[in-house]
Amino acid sequence: MTRKKPARPPTVKTLKKVMTGIQGLDEITGGGVPQGRPTLISGGAGAGKTMFALEFLVRGATQFDEPGVFISFEETNADLTKNAASLGFNLDRLVAKKQLFIDHIQISRSEIAETGEYDLDGLFIRIADAVKQVGAKRVVLDTIEALFGELPNPSILRAEIRRLFGWLKDQGLTTVITAERDRPENLTRHGIEEFVSDCVIVLDHRIREEISTRRLRVVKYRGSTHGTNEYPFLIDEHGISVLPISSLGLDHPAPASRISTGIERLDGMMGGEGFFRGSSILMSGTSGTGKTSVASHFVDAACRRGERCLYFAFEESPRQIVRNMRSIGIDLEPWIRKGLLQFHAARPSYAGIEEVLLVTHKHIASFKPDVVVVDPITNLLTVSTLNEVRSMLTRLVDFLKTLEITALFASLTAADGFLEANEADISSLMDTWLLLKAIEVSGERNRALYVLKSRGMNHSNQIREFVLTDHGLQLLDVYLGPEGVLTGSARVTQEGREKAASTSRRQILEGRGRELDRKREIFEARMTMLRAEFQVEEEIIQQNISEFELIDQELLEDRGQMVRSREADTKAYRKGNYGPRAKVR
Amino acid sequence: MAVKKAVRKTARKTATLPEPTVWKLKLYVAGQSPKSLRAFANLKVLCEEHLKGRYQIEVIDLIEHPHLARGAQIIAIPTLVVKLPNAVQKIIGDLSETDRVLIGLALQPVG
Repeated sequence: MTRKKPARPPTVKTLKKVMTGIQGLDEITGGGVPQGRPTLISGGAGAGKTMFALEFLVRGATQFDEPGVFISFEETNADLTKNAASLGFNLDRLVAKKQLFIDHIQISRSEIAETGEYDLDGLFIRIADAVKQVGAKRVVLDTIEALFGELPNPSILRAEIRRLFGWLKDQGLTTVITAERDRPENLTRHGIEEFVSDCVIVLDHRIREEISTRRLRVVKYRGSTHGTNEYPFLIDEHGISVLPISSLGLDHPAPASRISTGIERLDGMMGGEGFFRGSSILMSGTSGTGKTSVASHFVDAACRRGERCLYFAFEESPRQIVRNMRSIGIDLEPWIRKGLLQFHAARPSYAGIEEVLLVTHKHIASFKPDVVVVDPITNLLTVSTLNEVRSMLTRLVDFLKTLEITALFASLTAADGFLEANEADISSLMDTWLLLKAIEVSGERNRALYVLKSRGMNHSNQIREFVLTDHGLQLLDVYLGPEGVLTGSARVTQEGREKAASTSRRQILEGRGRELDRKREIFEARMTMLRAEFQVEEEIIQQNISEFELIDQELLEDRGQMVRSREADTKAYRKGNYGPRAKVR
Repeated sequence: MAVKKAVRKTARKTATLPEPTVWKLKLYVAGQSPKSLRAFANLKVLCEEHLKGRYQIEVIDLIEHPHLARGAQIIAIPTLVVKLPNAVQKIIGDLSETDRVLIGLALQPVG
């Protein structure tokens, strides 16, 4: 008997992964945790291990149709349910729907006496039964090392735990094992990490400058590449979200379509069409240069187009912004009522920068805006260093670009003049950089604006003055003086001067025109006179000529008559009969 | 010294407690494993020696009745569960160390 060889060539064995469903983690790990293998989650007390494990099961059950079993060695079912409720998960419902099975292992040392060799078959049977009950694909053991405190004979226990992990693997169960880390140099108290060779994730909860940050790091992931950095994460009412510090690549789309800035003449400065959709715009300026006004124009224009806008206000309350913008003729209220515009106002100092970023991401993910305004990003510096702000913005910009969201970041610069140096770091992330400037000349402070850079488009290089009027921001014509652009009353003076100059020029011109006319008249008059004189002379000369001709003719005729009368030499004077005739004769 | 006194006191107290007329012993096993068989044999010998005619052994195979493991909070195999008047005592292991089993069963005073 011959067996047919399978047509398929032997494929390279790649590690299969299972999505955890935890926001951001699957990106870092390139697809989740190893399928059918144990993953160790290690961390100190309060690092979020149980929450992590819970979310792993809940997401599995609700999003990936993978029911789960939670074996709890510490918390009771009631406690777990309560904790899960704080993440927005309803465990009771999942249990009722047979998507989740919770087993609380309760043993106490005082009840136990050891009288010889034992094994953990009881635990194996309990897990196997629980898995069977719900058809589980995922298992959580939280925290199995608790057994060391309750069962005698650690060497048997270690061997049994090792056997358990092997068994779970044989069953093809994707398992999350949590372990408490008591010292930084240890991953687990009892060294069970050596039994989990595939994937180890460490959670950390630290406090720096009174701001707490949770961080996550993939310490080990056998057979897979993974992000090796520490990633901040957040636990809130929607579960855990992890943020990769740097995006995995620069491969976001680059739409060629443009959107209006909301200020017609500013559009004009940007090649006539405004910003690129999906680009990031930095707008920096000292205080009082009209950043929020420019931003409001942008938002207003977007809402007019029916696009959704998300406005992160880190400095002013939404009401205040709405009120202030009314004074320049922009009414944002209807857009808020229509649900096109959403404000999120908060002082960043209430939380760490990661939290701000995560909250920002969450709002963006849930509101799905077309346009985002962050006003101002500089306030983030109050809670963090420039480096961290930069890394946060990188992440935010990347995130926004992938979603093709156009973002306007307002940045407040110090009034000491070094406008651009401060933000050079941040600006490299941005596609367009608008600079709002206060120009102080002759006792006045006027506002000016220019496009410092704008990638991929032809843009104006002029500094333009603008004024805030009842009906919005208006860019004015450019007046250049000896010292550059003229603003304010200097501009008005210059305008007047130019007007006067042009009037006098016009007068001179008119005068010259008249002079020319006059000269032409004189010239023509002279021409006429000359022509008349000439005609007179011509007539006289003509007369003379004809007189002379007459005389000449008469003379000739007279001579002919005389010859004929003398008859002398007739032949010679016979008309037309000279030589030959004479010969015949 | 104080500790020693306390121990003696407890021991006396245990000794004076009314002993159950019939000892109900539950032995949890997982199939016919050598450890389980050994535990059952050891228990049988011990009971015959100390509790002749006053005991009942119920062997529960968790492979057949897995849900009972949860109810009785069993994880180690074999486990002997003894209902004492004031507590439930769990004795794990193959019951090869007779003295410890007797202490667990409160049949032999400590010390």
